[in-house]
Amino acid sequence: MAKLTFVGGIHPYDGKDLSKDKPIKAVLPKGDLVYPLSQHIGAPATPIVAKGDHVITGQKIAEAGGFVSAPIYATVSGTVKSIEPRRVVTGDMVMSIVVENDGQYDEVDYGAPEENLDNLTKEEIINRVKEAGVVGMGGAGFPTAVKLQPKEPDKIEYCIANCAECEPYLTSDYRRMMEEPEKLIKGMKAILALFDNAQGILAVEDNKPDACQKLEELTKDEPRITVSRLKTKYPQGAERQIIYATTGRAINSKMLPADAGCIVDNVDTVVAVYQAVYEKKPLMHRIVTVTGDAIADPRNFIVRIGTNYAELIDEAGGFKTQPEKIVSGGPMMGFALFGLDVPTTKTASALLCLTKDEVSAMEPSACINCGRCVEVCPSRLVPRRLAVYATNYAEENFVKEDGLECVECGCCSYVCPAKRPLTQVIKSMRKMQLAKNRKK
Amino acid sequence: MSDMMKVSSNPHIIDKVTTSSIMAAVMIALLPAAGFGVYNFGLNALVLIVVTVASAVLTEYIYEKLMKMPITIKDCSAAVTGLLLAMNLPASAPWWVGVIGSVFAIVVVKMLFGGLGQNFMNPALGARCFLLLSFTSIMTNFDVADVYSGATPLAIVKEGGTYNVLDMVIGRTAGTIGETSMIAIVIGACFLILIDVITLRIPGTYIVTFVIFICLFGGHGVDPTYISEQLAGGGLMLGAFFMATDYVTSPVTKKGQYVFGVCLGLLTGIFRVFGPSAEGVSYAIIISNLLVPLIERVTLPKAFGKGGEKA
Repeated sequence: MAKLTFVGGIHPYDGKDLSKDKPIKAVLPKGDLVYPLSQHIGAPATPIVAKGDHVITGQKIAEAGGFVSAPIYATVSGTVKSIEPRRVVTGDMVMSIVVENDGQYDEVDYGAPEENLDNLTKEEIINRVKEAGVVGMGGAGFPTAVKLQPKEPDKIEYCIANCAECEPYLTSDYRRMMEEPEKLIKGMKAILALFDNAQGILAVEDNKPDACQKLEELTKDEPRITVSRLKTKYPQGAERQIIYATTGRAINSKMLPADAGCIVDNVDTVVAVYQAVYEKKPLMHRIVTVTGDAIADPRNFIVRIGTNYAELIDEAGGFKTQPEKIVSGGPMMGFALFGLDVPTTKTASALLCLTKDEVSAMEPSACINCGRCVEVCPSRLVPRRLAVYATNYAEENFVKEDGLECVECGCCSYVCPAKRPLTQVIKSMRKMQLAKNRKK
Repeated sequence: MSDMMKVSSNPHIIDKVTTSSIMAAVMIALLPAAGFGVYNFGLNALVLIVVTVASAVLTEYIYEKLMKMPITIKDCSAAVTGLLLAMNLPASAPWWVGVIGSVFAIVVVKMLFGGLGQNFMNPALGARCFLLLSFTSIMTNFDVADVYSGATPLAIVKEGGTYNVLDMVIGRTAGTIGETSMIAIVIGACFLILIDVITLRIPGTYIVTFVIFICLFGGHGVDPTYISEQLAGGGLMLGAFFMATDYVTSPVTKKGQYVFGVCLGLLTGIFRVFGPSAEGVSYAIIISNLLVPLIERVTLPKAFGKGGEKA
């Protein structure tokens, strides 16, 4: 069934050489730590600490605010300075808990690590994941515990670890696979323990042959886990595309992966599951690639969530040249930042500093109907037409021609020879339509 | 905050291909055919090419200047139109025919409908058909002093004669400046296919459909000589690879491109076999151009997850 690829997609300059051979380095935060209460999809977390409270590393500071939500933990020891709105990567102001770091790193005692999964019931595994505040760390931030409780767990046939890392420049997942592949495999085993009929797939793009080899080596005695070498192409790591590439099943925007018998989790998420289940540790760290041609010493850092972005830049040797654009996340789907005073969240995969802003340097010109956007669209849409509907606010046509199926991957804008901001206009129209649908 | 960074929507990187680089590639791809035209027909062909290209670019410039619009001649699309038009002129035509054609192509077919991307038919072909109707004798006079006189190979074939196929493939025949050499055109087309500017979808379906049509209705059955004469003669190769593949006037959907190719093949076959003239490519293309919005609407792809993931 597996085709190991999908139709459409692009091959951008990958920029991974800047940081792919740099081992993960731990970063200790110096300034205050900021914990936005919304670092996930769903209800914001509810603070359970107040201003002036002393907290220690690994202490829960906010409770899940509903079923689709996730708790948040302190990643340093110190004092709660305030609970106030703070700027996040999207540019929004989000209510956040601010903790002043006392530099002691006193930590909660998590108890003896679990050695054997057989000692745990399925409920216990899910509970640990839920309590640990694990969310999808590839970017979406969907609470993992919710994902792990589909309506019919027996119908799940594939648990896919998304190790594609198809975004250019990003190497955090790659480093994780190279340095801690055991954790990834153990995390996968914990997930597989929940689904009796499922097969585990570690889906890696074939531009990381050493990682593939390492994982294949480690899983050769694991009957339930296989490694899939996917064709290197952006957006191979998009959820719908990776499901299609590994299983040949296709879902649309109205379906969940579970409807196709699949559960998809990013590498870092699976490792977080491992930590939650085996080490009983909450989600407190993530790997962030700090890279780009403006950075003196591009690196991969293991960062305590809440750490200020400016500190990460300093850790990477600061700017070699003045950057023109700073992006949180990958260059295809990340958020451009107008300032560095934002915290690292659970979903921040990279900090990309570019000396040149290719996008603003280009003047959009008339569409010549070349069809490149149609050729590359992984959702098989006609971006050119959707963009016209979006600019003219022709809602009906936009929905009729499946504008809502767009995954905002950016391929159409990337290839457009007339440099038209297709993704941007389609994305805004989509947002409006989705908001409208929610109101109904 | 004085040192705010630039922000914009994703993606933050873009491909190097631009409209002008595509247009430039098309011009480069036309060079073998144009070069052969000059070699075949002599200096007047060169003069005609230069005058036609220059007047197309100049017309666009003046029009945009007068209308106080942004000047877009840098995108090279006017130059491509001029070059394509020149390829479609007989070498014996006087220079002012090129000028009139260019003005018509740019002003009437392109700019009046909204400029680049908005024209509903190929400007060069629109102008060619306009010239054919307005200056029929000039446009069908393929006599070139000391080189060729009389009818084009396709006209001879139409009258029941035969022609040396090798000469037709190489291009040592009468005809318009750029259409005679099948080899030169195919070299240019291969270049465009290799650098992903065009695909074989439209030209491939066009040619295959046309061949099937003439085998069925051409009155010669499956006769390799007749088929080769039909393929190498007239504007078929130039039309299939350079005019039918014009982005603006061809469908953007994959399925639509196949349908478009079939339309072209059928119409060309009908015109060549049943029409009064030996030629039919220009009319086939501009008529099919008119069908494009319809073709596109009925061939919209299915979305991923709704059955469209395989194609």
